[in-house]
Amino acid sequence: MENANKSAPTDPRRSDRLDGRTAIITGAARGQGRSHAIRLAELGANLVLVDVCVDLPRIPYRQPDLAQLDDTARAAREAGADVRTVVADVRDAAAMSDVAMLAVAELGGIDIVVANAGVIQLKPATEIGPEDWAAIIGINLTGTWNTIAPTIAPMIDQGRGGTIIITSSAAGLKGPPNMAHYAASKSGVIGMMRSLSAELGPHSIRVNCIAPTTVDTEMVHWPEAYAVFRPDLESPGRLDVVDIFASLNVLPVPWIQPSDVSEAVAFLAGDRSRYITGTVLPVDAGTLVK
Amino acid sequence: MSVDSLDADRPLSGRIAVVTGAARGQGRSHAVRLAADGAAVIAIDLCAAPTTTAYEGSTRADLDETVDMVESLGVGCVGLSVDVRDLPRLSGAVEQGLGAVGVEGARHVDIMVANAGIAGGAPIELMAAEAWQEMIDINLTGVWNSVKAVMPSMLANPRLPGNGGSGTTSVILISSANGGLKAPPNLSHYASAKHGVVGMMRSLANEVGGRGIRVNSVHPTAVDTKLIHNDFTYRLFRPDLESPGRDDVVELFRSYHSLPIPWIDSSDVSEAVAFLACDAARYVTGITLTVDAGLSAR
Repeated sequence: MENANKSAPTDPRRSDRLDGRTAIITGAARGQGRSHAIRLAELGANLVLVDVCVDLPRIPYRQPDLAQLDDTARAAREAGADVRTVVADVRDAAAMSDVAMLAVAELGGIDIVVANAGVIQLKPATEIGPEDWAAIIGINLTGTWNTIAPTIAPMIDQGRGGTIIITSSAAGLKGPPNMAHYAASKSGVIGMMRSLSAELGPHSIRVNCIAPTTVDTEMVHWPEAYAVFRPDLESPGRLDVVDIFASLNVLPVPWIQPSDVSEAVAFLAGDRSRYITGTVLPVDAGTLVK
Repeated sequence: MSVDSLDADRPLSGRIAVVTGAARGQGRSHAVRLAADGAAVIAIDLCAAPTTTAYEGSTRADLDETVDMVESLGVGCVGLSVDVRDLPRLSGAVEQGLGAVGVEGARHVDIMVANAGIAGGAPIELMAAEAWQEMIDINLTGVWNSVKAVMPSMLANPRLPGNGGSGTTSVILISSANGGLKAPPNLSHYASAKHGVVGMMRSLANEVGGRGIRVNSVHPTAVDTKLIHNDFTYRLFRPDLESPGRDDVVELFRSYHSLPIPWIDSSDVSEAVAFLACDAARYVTGITLTVDAGLSAR
């Protein structure tokens, strides 16, 4: 390094390119997952995009449809990616195993896993029934496991390392009310991440979490959610919750954009973070220190 | 706040960064990395050896070399020999630096990297009170002084929403994984200072976030610099050997990590610093970003 230091001017910046690498992204039809897909495609990655594409029992807002998954795929292809799409429920371990096999068979292996699929309910603990609990834990926690588990052996066998990025949440580190099951699932993936980071590190496979604050997506903007935050109003809308959401953050914003999370995902996906593993990277406008 | 017009090549073009401990090692790497992204740099270093450290100090020639490297990347740079323990001189240096590197429309500090720090270690029964005091003075008070010295300029930065802008500025405090999040034996002074930096970071993040100033800490594991590669550290880690060298500590350092490496490169920390400095991290504040090969998660 001493010699390299003296031979200025060379650009010291490490490339953020992902050319020739393959990423699996769940929850890719819209919102954060779509944004991650397009960002990683811009950086050169090829993609397997997964989404459930059907409305789900117990989940109080609409899920994306197949057309939205196709829209993501089209945008990623326009950015230069080779793309496969799979309609699957992350609770279906066999289907998720097929996703890993598809990446290996058709896109040359697995380098990046973005376990992003997730859902939310807002309910007081007294109203969380066994089916609610099962749905949130099943999708957010077990679904994350189902996404990652079948990728581990292929990544080890490839011998070229890899990077796994799990979407946790600020609610995985702090405990907001009316989401005991959601907070449990998002804390759970942090424990999963830490254990996997220790276990897979010797294979140069990195495992990290991102922890966003409120993100401006369909998961946040639905009528019953507004009602939880503004019980004082008859039919509150988006503008009625701006101040409440802003009060949760330190920076003067009510919510962040999916692209803000994608920048963190891109950082963790590439070689700029080659020795970062076992970490939780909040993109949270300061809500965790507030 | 919207992302300023993003120039993919030089995302920090027109901005000014202050980096302490910039003469060599991590600080030099951060200065050069931010310069490559387009930032002008005010490079500050003691350019001498503190009294209680057991490894050689930086020199004015080291700092001059940093300045040369930054300037070769086409941005302004000034190197100033200042002790971070001396707040009045530090404040004066920031002002002097702004006058020297401030370009048209950019005369405020946008980025502060409080990197200056020392290393040492001893069991408490053998640790001298002077070693404790110097550690706290440089690694904790020196960090606070560094933030204090740039705050007048940063608070007036036209990039901030309260001053007519739509962006953020970034304060980056260099803590440590081992000293700032974990706390192994024989580092009572170092761990106190590096843990203290985390509390400082969180309080400041709360305090100035409403005005658009982001404050984060970075937590590297062992970095391949003179701070760890010196006879004192080798003996601290291998008391069983008479005159241990670099090769004698590789396996031990590797055993701290999940990834199969003994230490990281300064450039690995610089990439994290560059991420936190730029608009891609515009909503990242109050975080402890580890660059530690898994050390703190185990």
